Amino acid sequence: MHENKEFYPWLDAKQKPYIQIERVTKKFGDFVAIDNLSLDIYRNEFFALLGPSGCGKTTLLRMLAGFEKPTEGRILLDGEDVSSVPPHQRLVNMMFQSYALFPHMTVEKNIGFGLKQDKVPAAQIKKRVDDMLELVQLGQFARRKPHQLSGGQRQRVALARSLIKQPKLLLLDEPLGALDKKLREQTQFELMNLQEELGITFMIVTHDQEEAMTVSSRIGLMINGDLEQVATPSELYETPKSRFVAEFIGDVNLLEGRYDGSGEFGLTMVCKESDSAIQSTQRLDVAHGTTIWAAIRPEKLEISKQRPEGTPNVLKGKVWDIGYGGSFSTYHVHLPNGKAMTAVRANRERSLEKSITWEDDVYLSWAPKSAVILTD
Amino acid sequence: MSNKGVLITGGQSEMGPLAAAQMRLASFAPYRWFVAAIIWIADKLGLRGRSLVIAMPYLWLLVFFLLPFAIVFKLSFSEIAIAIPPYTPIVSWVDGIYLRLQLSFESYQLLFEDSLYIKAYLNSIKIATVSTLLTLLIGYPMAYGMVRAPKQWRTTLLMLVILPFWTSFLIRVYAWIGILKTKGLLNLLLMNLGIISEPLTILNTNVAVYIGIVYSYLPFMILPLYANLEKLDGSLLEAAADLGCGPFKAFWTITIPLSTAGIVAGCFLVFIPAVGEFVIPDLLGGSDTLMIGKTLWVEFFNNRDWPLASAVAVLLLLILIVPIVLFQKFQERANAQSA
Repeated sequence: MHENKEFYPWLDAKQKPYIQIERVTKKFGDFVAIDNLSLDIYRNEFFALLGPSGCGKTTLLRMLAGFEKPTEGRILLDGEDVSSVPPHQRLVNMMFQSYALFPHMTVEKNIGFGLKQDKVPAAQIKKRVDDMLELVQLGQFARRKPHQLSGGQRQRVALARSLIKQPKLLLLDEPLGALDKKLREQTQFELMNLQEELGITFMIVTHDQEEAMTVSSRIGLMINGDLEQVATPSELYETPKSRFVAEFIGDVNLLEGRYDGSGEFGLTMVCKESDSAIQSTQRLDVAHGTTIWAAIRPEKLEISKQRPEGTPNVLKGKVWDIGYGGSFSTYHVHLPNGKAMTAVRANRERSLEKSITWEDDVYLSWAPKSAVILTD
Repeated sequence: MSNKGVLITGGQSEMGPLAAAQMRLASFAPYRWFVAAIIWIADKLGLRGRSLVIAMPYLWLLVFFLLPFAIVFKLSFSEIAIAIPPYTPIVSWVDGIYLRLQLSFESYQLLFEDSLYIKAYLNSIKIATVSTLLTLLIGYPMAYGMVRAPKQWRTTLLMLVILPFWTSFLIRVYAWIGILKTKGLLNLLLMNLGIISEPLTILNTNVAVYIGIVYSYLPFMILPLYANLEKLDGSLLEAAADLGCGPFKAFWTITIPLSTAGIVAGCFLVFIPAVGEFVIPDLLGGSDTLMIGKTLWVEFFNNRDWPLASAVAVLLLLILIVPIVLFQKFQERANAQSA
């Protein structure tokens, strides 16, 4: 995985970005699909564009492929402006969400199609197609037509077809959307291995945050045609920039309050759910009384029947519902004012008897460093 | 019968004209007997439910195609006679005790002896083939343009293609006489524009026949092509472009092969009726326009040679069965592939 290899080219000022999206705007009539967006992507990155449907992520991908032209701004690929280069002349390949396999051609012909367009000699095409078939483990299906393949096999043909020209950039539009969960997870790891093996820069569009977190080196979270935050998966999860990011990536408990100056640990926040001020190790440079939010992930909330010691952040509540999830249990706790909180606890001990059950009065607590204080 | 019961439960208080007509039909005694008879026969044959439904088109074919064809087939073995009807029976009693089956092959012999008929057949096939290709050349871009047109336009364009059917076919062909004749619209237009100085002789030539056939059968080419091209997945063309295939080449390597089913359907829908076309060569063609439909008409009505006309019809059908069977085979294959 990238983290282990210390792959952080975006932190290195000497690194030159491979793909530069410079102040790009795309309008369809009056509708602004992409709004003055800038993004740098580095060689060998596995970049994920994540966002709710309609956020413009597919439009951005289609602009990189050349199917759409930016209304304003430009796109540089390896230092060269490709904004108005038509798709068939770009060294960018795409794997389509629908796979878009040619139904009248065999698997072989589908995979070799790109090379044939470049007038590569037939013998060489044959060899490269065979290599590719081996890579995606479809050797015995070379003569089949797409309709004779399963969904997973079609997905591999589509992948092989988009990889065979060894593009500078491979775009993947919801590539695993049509696969079932098991196959999906397996394919995610295969994609990562392939990407490392081939050394091609990947850009994936997905609405599945787990998928984005698993495969990518960095995630760009999009909303309303612009990037809300660009960060590594763990940064995005642990230090979201805004409530939107915190809520989009995983589950989160949000407490609204007002900034009450600095305190023992960092800052203090008063909120109506807690009698005492909430403490955080974060520091903020905002005026007294500014509305701020404390975002606490469910797994960072401790749930106990006794009042916990050692943390100033404690809330009292009543267990409303418990969801048993095998390796963990989810507790839905209602605070006295009716606000619902979610806490997740790993089921470390094998026990059918639950220490905490419905209607129990419980304490929810978290360490000052566990919550993220958000201003937006 | 149960049939009547179902129709009545529809409610009599507020009935539309269609339901009222159905009511009247259902209470019409001969109709009920007919339906009862069919259901009774089907029941005796062991046909119920689904098999009964499937049997219906076969019954239709039997009554309206096979029976008439059998009659024509029988007729073709008769001899011409001055009588009403104008042919000899093929089965007759001799001396009151012998049943004589007399099959005359004279008509068929004549078909192959007189080069007129062979020429007429060949010429029909030639005219139908050329017309089909012309229709394809004109129809394909039209269908393609319709599919590529903005969505809100498509229904209108489709309507415009179907619109000519609202006028009688015969009147539309007559209208072409007005356009193509020596002092017709086309010649006047071309002469006024200064493109030609002498009027062109188009009417009563093969050119006029081609124009007539192409014009008349164009919708039969456009509609299946449109239906086919509309289903073409646009992402396939994008995928082709993405892999380095320019738009023109993508049209040849992706669009054309994937619309083969539409092309074949359109070609057969034009070719088959065009081979037997009678009205167009009769009205627009000249005396030298030899087509089998016209020959058949002349034998039947002018020469009153029913056996020969029947033989012509039988041979025409045999010639057409080949492309029809090919078409069927192709459809089956296309269906198997899309499934």
